[in-house]
Amino acid sequence: MTEKSQPEQSLDSRLDEALDMTFPASDPIAVRSPCPHPAIAPDDNVGGSRVKYYRYLRHRLAVRIMHWINVVAIAVLLMSGLQIFNAHSALYWGQSSYSGRPPVLQITARQTSEGRPIGVTRVLGHEFKTTGVLGVSTQDGQLTARAFPTWATIPGPLWLAMGRRWHFFFAWVFFVNGALYVAYSVLTRHLNRDLLPTRDNWRSIGRSILDHLRLRHPTGDAARHYNVLQKLTYLLMMFALLPLIMLMGLGMSPRLDSLWPGWVDVFGGRQGMRTLHFIIACAIVLFVLVHVFEVIISGFWNNLRSMITGHYEVRTNPHDNPR
Amino acid sequence: MTIPGSPSRRTFLAAALGSACTALLTGCDALSKTQWFPKLLETGEHLNHAAQRLLTSRKSMAQEFSEADLSPDFRSNGTDYPDDPAYRALAASQFADWALRVDGLVNRPSNFSLARLRGMRSRTQITRHDCVEGWSAIGKWTGVPLSEVLAVVQPQPQARYVVFYCADIMDDGARYYESVDLDDAYHPQTILAYALNGRALPIANGAPLRVRIERQLGYKMAKYVMRIELVETFKTVADGQGGYWEDRGYEWYAGI
Repeated sequence: MTEKSQPEQSLDSRLDEALDMTFPASDPIAVRSPCPHPAIAPDDNVGGSRVKYYRYLRHRLAVRIMHWINVVAIAVLLMSGLQIFNAHSALYWGQSSYSGRPPVLQITARQTSEGRPIGVTRVLGHEFKTTGVLGVSTQDGQLTARAFPTWATIPGPLWLAMGRRWHFFFAWVFFVNGALYVAYSVLTRHLNRDLLPTRDNWRSIGRSILDHLRLRHPTGDAARHYNVLQKLTYLLMMFALLPLIMLMGLGMSPRLDSLWPGWVDVFGGRQGMRTLHFIIACAIVLFVLVHVFEVIISGFWNNLRSMITGHYEVRTNPHDNPR
Repeated sequence: MTIPGSPSRRTFLAAALGSACTALLTGCDALSKTQWFPKLLETGEHLNHAAQRLLTSRKSMAQEFSEADLSPDFRSNGTDYPDDPAYRALAASQFADWALRVDGLVNRPSNFSLARLRGMRSRTQITRHDCVEGWSAIGKWTGVPLSEVLAVVQPQPQARYVVFYCADIMDDGARYYESVDLDDAYHPQTILAYALNGRALPIANGAPLRVRIERQLGYKMAKYVMRIELVETFKTVADGQGGYWEDRGYEWYAGI
């Protein structure tokens, strides 16, 4: 990398810049007057025109720490959750697992006529053969009947008691971290400034959808702001899916069900809450996949650096086409 | 100069990611086998217990259901016929010679035959049974509130826990046992059940007597109860964690 010629800026000035400068979100590739301290790299010519770039503090330290705590907590919660799921690998709707109705989802194993074990996944009455991954997979070099494979669970072998310990400990880490993040975002106005969509955002929602489908991302100064789909997704996670998955977890507690007898019926009963807990977990996995995909295609190292050191590099080149 | 996203960098990244994942998994398994790490994780359980006590009152009631909600067949889990000659002899005579022994830190240690228990005040409740494995089943239980039995034997002031000793011998040769604190012991829905769905309790579900502790998970609800002891601490019983499954890493307070 050659672009190290940026003039020294104090942290405060970069912070002010990050906080105060606003750019028209309605025009994602507009380039207005670049930052107050443009860094010019004479050697770095693209398409004959000069590339200007500067770095600014995109993610503050608290956000960076909370982000990485969240990464660990969600990974452990997912994998220990699959360990817990493996103890009874079927999901139901309603209060009971034994109501006479078949499960909504079931991951199980059966034998072929030749005696070979095969993994079977049944979803809403449809059966899929999933040998190798779901139902039957390799453990210690042998095909073993287990719902999710060893590489997807914490701990690897079937060990419900230990899986629960991991799950509940990291559930607290996740809850405290999330609560701190929400409090922080409200108090520092991170929520208002960076996450709540602006009026222009709402107007540009159609184009933002198209841009995402074409894998085009804002460049230049417009890249300093989250786009509207990104904002809405983060808000959906923060205020809907993550609180809901915690609530569904609490609903599986017989003690907390006694808080107000019958409240679990609102969410389809205890087994319904277990099913919703699982479905929301799948939605979080989907979020993570899309999130990581977007991070990779919109400038992996720049994004990664900004979540580690905080600094994000903005390239301002009027002739540069958006990637 | 290395360009971001060049093949060598990508290969390196993929390899790094792969080995990081493997190391993470091996690390998690190794941590699970240490002494200190599960202890650290246990703080989560202590917080769970504290939060549950904070959010719900000591006497909060578990949800009760209607006959229409009953599971067609109440699942039997764990032992379904204790492999103990003394128990099997009792079962052969329909538990006519069986008696529940209640002793320990009580003023009047007593024996309760099945007939005596059936003659005491009873409670019938249709409740949901939540197993630690994740499944639930709904059954109608009839039995004596544990508080009635405790009123007869008169616990001493230093008694803090109620220990249930069972007839079932588990795969590893240890006998099943469980314990609860006095909050749960005196809870209105804590009963010593002798009937399920209007019929005598089947052997598969714990005949002649099993305990129902409706705000905790299934493993707390010991089947085949032979003796109840009031104690100041359960540290001296078996491996000291308060129950068969607790001795094998499960939580003593099974509220979630």
